[in-house]
Amino acid sequence: MYPASFEYFRPSTIDEAVALLAQHGDDAKVLAGGHSLIPAMKLRLARPKVIIDIGRVANLNYIRDADGQIAIGAMTPHGEIEASAWLRERCPLLAETASHIGDVQVRNRGTIGGSLAHADPAADWPAAILALDAELEIAGPRGRRTVGAGKFFVDLLETTIRPDEILCEIRVRPTPRSVAYEKTEQKASGFALAGVAVVIPERDGAVCVAVTGVAAKPYRATAVERALAGHRILASDIIAAAAAHAADASDALGDIHASPEYRAHLAQVNTRRALTRAVARR
Amino acid sequence: MAETAPAPYVGRALKRVEDPRLIKGIGTYTDDLRLPGMLHAAILRSPHAHARVVRINVSAAQSITGVVSVLTGAEVNEHCGAVPCVADIADLRAPRHTVLAGDRVYFVGHPVAVVVATDPYVARDGAEAIDVEYDPLPAVANPEEALKDGSPLTHPDLGTNLAYTHTLTGGDVDEAFRRADRVIKQRIVHQRLTPMPIEPRGVVASYHVGEGTLTVWSSTQIPHLVRTLLPGMIKIAENKLRIVAPEVGGGFGAKLNLYPEEALCGHLAMRLGAPVKWVESRRENAASTIHGRDQIGDYEVAVRHDGTILGLKARTIADLGSYLQLLTPAIPTLTGLVLTGCYRIPAIRLDVLGVYTNKMSTDAYRGAGRPEATYLIERLMDIVAREVGVDRIEIRLKHFPEPTEFPFHTASDLKYDSGNYQGALSKARQLANWEALMTERAAARAAGRLLGVGVSTYVEICAMGPSKAMPAGGWEWGCVRIEMSGKVTVITGATPHGQGQETSFAQIVADRLGVPIEDIVVLHGDTNVAHYGRDTYGSRATAVGGSALVMCIDKIVAKAKRLAAHLLEAPLDRVTFANGRFSTAGNDRRLSWTEMASEAFVAKNLPAEFEPGLEASSFFEPENFTFPFGAHIAVVEIDRDTGLVHIKKYVAVDDCGPQINPLLVEGQVQGGIAHSIGQALFEQTVYDENGQLLTGEFMDYAIPRAGDIPEYILGSTVTPSPSNPLGIKGVGEAGTIGATPAIANAVIDALEPLGIKHLDLPLTPERIWRAMQRHAVEAV
Repeated sequence: MYPASFEYFRPSTIDEAVALLAQHGDDAKVLAGGHSLIPAMKLRLARPKVIIDIGRVANLNYIRDADGQIAIGAMTPHGEIEASAWLRERCPLLAETASHIGDVQVRNRGTIGGSLAHADPAADWPAAILALDAELEIAGPRGRRTVGAGKFFVDLLETTIRPDEILCEIRVRPTPRSVAYEKTEQKASGFALAGVAVVIPERDGAVCVAVTGVAAKPYRATAVERALAGHRILASDIIAAAAAHAADASDALGDIHASPEYRAHLAQVNTRRALTRAVARR
Repeated sequence: MAETAPAPYVGRALKRVEDPRLIKGIGTYTDDLRLPGMLHAAILRSPHAHARVVRINVSAAQSITGVVSVLTGAEVNEHCGAVPCVADIADLRAPRHTVLAGDRVYFVGHPVAVVVATDPYVARDGAEAIDVEYDPLPAVANPEEALKDGSPLTHPDLGTNLAYTHTLTGGDVDEAFRRADRVIKQRIVHQRLTPMPIEPRGVVASYHVGEGTLTVWSSTQIPHLVRTLLPGMIKIAENKLRIVAPEVGGGFGAKLNLYPEEALCGHLAMRLGAPVKWVESRRENAASTIHGRDQIGDYEVAVRHDGTILGLKARTIADLGSYLQLLTPAIPTLTGLVLTGCYRIPAIRLDVLGVYTNKMSTDAYRGAGRPEATYLIERLMDIVAREVGVDRIEIRLKHFPEPTEFPFHTASDLKYDSGNYQGALSKARQLANWEALMTERAAARAAGRLLGVGVSTYVEICAMGPSKAMPAGGWEWGCVRIEMSGKVTVITGATPHGQGQETSFAQIVADRLGVPIEDIVVLHGDTNVAHYGRDTYGSRATAVGGSALVMCIDKIVAKAKRLAAHLLEAPLDRVTFANGRFSTAGNDRRLSWTEMASEAFVAKNLPAEFEPGLEASSFFEPENFTFPFGAHIAVVEIDRDTGLVHIKKYVAVDDCGPQINPLLVEGQVQGGIAHSIGQALFEQTVYDENGQLLTGEFMDYAIPRAGDIPEYILGSTVTPSPSNPLGIKGVGEAGTIGATPAIANAVIDALEPLGIKHLDLPLTPERIWRAMQRHAVEAV
């Protein structure tokens, strides 16, 4: 319950934060909402020498229009995403996903950027971010760069963010209402045993299906997407047949909460359910 | 002029007087205590399930600024006696349970060294800086494996992992099985559970060098038992030891114990001459506070073709963990006492094998033995009913004793005090709308849905208990004092820790003294205030502790009548006491408690040989246990795709005798059912095969949350107990006992169309899904 001692910095701009990171290198950890880092520090599983708290960095908490795209600041709490009527109109999948995270207190403190940067394999955001094909803007000593969601997640707790970089913004394109997120919770933690996000475009265009919780890294269920390709009307038999491929390419995780077979099975069930619900919203 | 009696407090659903301070966060828990010069202890614990401690190097820890002392077993254990076990079990092989580990560690979480420092951060830094060299040894985590030849030994010096074999018999079991038309067998496993009180344990110890007195604040259910036992461990006289249980944030049996840390902190305070605080982390709580259940049983039921049960045989392997805590070996033997449940089963034999493993000790967890027994007999009743083709309600009714047959003697030699099992079951079926449920289930099944209805009836053992059945006294003590101002101070030796007796005891006393409830304060939990006590467990506080207060009030009223006779100048037998006033016919003067107390304290005008003051204390010794009972009905639906169980309806009818405060009764039942939902559907403590604990955090150990709890339909019947003057039976564990089997029976009922006859707990979605897969394959 008592973390090891650390040095604490509270920059007020991203540039300052990036400079501090450059100065302290691997010794430093960026603190956002603190919902993953602080428990790990209390258990002394994480013992950073330096904490860079970006909680007071100006202009990292926003949901706004950016030339037709939707831009969300990395420090935006899950709860604000869940509650935003403006966002619900334009990208309902984000609000729906946010509502599945933790409980009210967690959603009021935890942030979308913190969750994505932590890259817990059972977090909820990765499924939505992949299914929406989001862009992630990352600040570093060499300026800013943008990464597609498909390239963002590298492995268990590992993303493309380098040790001297900070995730600043998440951008998505507006979607129709035909989206859904279906999740089976790990009973103790509330994290996903299998969470499936689905985006069905209005007319033409490919259905996007993404899965979190099942494997070490969240993934686009490309076998499902391929099976759905070319079907203008997604009837239940087509959905069922496609959903059966939800865990095809994944190396499903097993632990005391669910075996690999059960996680893979849940991926299939939740894919079918998410597709069915999204189609019904069309 | 006759005064109309005010409405009695007893029977009213009053809100708890305890709640405002707890809700506002201004109660005082152990961790809230701040004493001048207080030091903080952190404990280094074993990461191994079994290892030899080769060497411990504490020099790095000692060199940290702020570290006051670093001590290992070598320095502490000679000053602290062994952690006691008070269970009375014949031929028990027991290891010596030292406060800190000696040259071996026996479970993950075993305390190895303690660091005392000026703040808790430095204490933790110090614990981390201790360098321990371990030589890991083979560990055994599975009690069945532990009984096999060649298994690693938890305690090699005992030469065996078998702690004891306990046999309970009643009636002629051999004859019952000879006469049986068939014998139905079932293996039933109780998973291990972690009690997980929201407040973990914590201790503050302070030694007054001048007085030579030690005060220990501990988050415990049993300050009086700790005061009885701690002097045997650390060198202090009982009358120089004060134990205080401040606010306690949940116990559930986990704090019905004497733990090494209580002795350790007491010793450290005396050794260092400064107050010492230790507060358990959640991870420590999961690893080093007792666990519950963990029994594997093979059951055989001797039955006739018509469903008549002639006898019951069982062999139970009870996983004790590595050490005997206060009651560890006794708990599995309690299962046998009430294994025949509400039923007339004339012959029983239970063999309990207590087994050591390299895990945390098991001990009393909410219900302690009765949830195990009830789950077993209620599953078995359903299994037998199905096997012989008898309706499950019919088979229960067939074996209930009639209400007129009480006291009812069981094969296990208990005397059930009073009961009407038919009444409770009938009321539960009525509240559940049983006939409509059967129709609904038929329709659901026809539509391919997995809807199940489960029933359980239970009887349990409460109001512990007669002293002859308890290790160290089963009485309870109380004291009632009318203060000079007329206010009333009530002191109870029962130590409520969330059950609400500050409210319910005030209700009892207010009615009997005829005073406003606001004038009453109930004190408890401090051995310097409540001089005697046997504390709270086994639903004893109200039945036994409340009865002691009734005795006190009778004494005070009798004494006050003498004073009133003197003041009213009337003969004693003409003085009447009603509605808080003493009076006599033909005299308008009516004496209130305020007037009486004032006279008794000022003591200028007392009758001859009348001691000043209006105070009485009493011990109440119950003649028997009480036996609350009830009937629970659960309706569940299972998601065919995922195996997830949804509780659609929950009905509980509990008979705890007369209810002092129905709101408190309902709270106990609600909380108990929540515990049961956890055990039935998802809770389990998991160690891997090497004895590593895998459920050491709330991230991995699932406890019930608000969203898991259905809306309950609660009812009650009232059958007073003849064993105490209040007729109270007790209700603290009822929900935990009745609900697990009701839910399990409902789940199996839902799965019946698939041919599934039994699944062990917890009934997790994956376990159910796998069973469905298996049976789907078999069906093809």
